Amino acid sequence: MTRLFFFLPFAIFVIIGAYLGIGLTNDPNKLPVVLTGKIAPNFSLAPLKGRDNRGFSNNDLTGKISLINFWGSWCISCKAEHSFLMKLKTSNAIQINGVNWREKNMDSGFQWLKRFGDPYNFVGVDPNSEVVIGFGVTGAPETFLIDANGRIRFKHVGPLNQKIFDEKIVPLITILQKES
Amino acid sequence: MPNPLSFLAVRQVVIIFLLVLLPFVGYAVEPSEMLRDPSLELRARSISVKLRCLVCQNQSIDESDAVLARDLRILVRKRLVAGDSDNEIIEYVVSRYGDFVLLIPPFKPMTYLLWLSPWIILAVAFLGIVVFFRNRKNPSIGEKGTLSVDEKSRLGELMSDSFE
Repeated sequence: MTRLFFFLPFAIFVIIGAYLGIGLTNDPNKLPVVLTGKIAPNFSLAPLKGRDNRGFSNNDLTGKISLINFWGSWCISCKAEHSFLMKLKTSNAIQINGVNWREKNMDSGFQWLKRFGDPYNFVGVDPNSEVVIGFGVTGAPETFLIDANGRIRFKHVGPLNQKIFDEKIVPLITILQKES
Repeated sequence: MPNPLSFLAVRQVVIIFLLVLLPFVGYAVEPSEMLRDPSLELRARSISVKLRCLVCQNQSIDESDAVLARDLRILVRKRLVAGDSDNEIIEYVVSRYGDFVLLIPPFKPMTYLLWLSPWIILAVAFLGIVVFFRNRKNPSIGEKGTLSVDEKSRLGELMSDSFE
C-alpha cells in the first residue's frame, strides 16, 4: 500500500500531462461565439460610395433569412471566398449583405466589387470597426446567418465555401424556413 | 585587484538592471488616441490592460499593435467620454466576445475549479506533510528508548564488525 503511494506523484504527473496534451490540440483561432441566438446588434452603416446611396442597417435584416459577410479589399481570404459568394448570388439561395470593413482608401471597396463582382444586396461601410466589434468579429472574412426576426443563428469564421455552406448553413436555413 | 564597480552598492546595481529592462515594456497606445482628460485616459488604460487582443491573443489591447486592438482602444475611450462606467464598458466587450476577452477569468461556477485548484493542491500537500511527520513520530518498532532482544544482538554484531 505504502509502495503504491510513491507512485501517486507519477500518476498526478500523467493526469496533468494528459490534460495539457489535450489542450495542445485546441485551435487557438477557434474562439467561442457568444452572440448565436441573440438579436443582431443595432447598427446603421453609411453607403459604399460609388455603389449606392442607401447604406445598410439592422432594419434591413427583418422579414427574410440572410447572410452578413464582413470583408475588406485588403483581405486575401475574402478574395478566395468571393467566387463562391458570386455563385451563391446566382443560385438565389439566400440574400447576402456586406459590411465593407476598414478600408484605408474609401474607394477601394467599390473598386474591388467592380473588379471581382458584387454579390451583395445591401452594403455598408464600417471604417472604425464599430459594427465589427458589435458583432464580435475578430477577422475577415466572417459570415453570419440571420433569421427573419433579425436574430443571429450561425457564424462562420474564415472563407465560406460550398462544403461549409451545404453542411452548416443549408440545414439551418431549412429549419428556419419551417419555423416561419 | 579592486573591482572597478565596487563603489556601487548592490541596490544601485539592481536599479540599473531594472532600468535597462524598462524600454522593453512597450505600450501600443498612440498619442492621437489619448484623451485630453488625464483621469479618463487613466481609466481607459486600466480597462485596456484587462482586455485581450483578439488577434495576438496573449497581449492586452493596451500592448497590441493590431488594428483591431487599436479600434477597441478607441471604442473604450469613446464610451468613457459618453459617460459609461468601467464595468459597463467591460461588460459590453464581454457580451460581444465572451469571457475569453478578459485576461483574468471571472470567478464563477465554470471557473471554480480553475481558481480553487491551487488552494486545494496546497491543502492536500499540507495534509500530506502532517500525516508524514505524524507517522515518523510513533515508529511501530519497539518501545521508545529500549531495544528488543533481536535488535540488541544485531547491534552487538555491527559494533564488533566495525572494530575488526
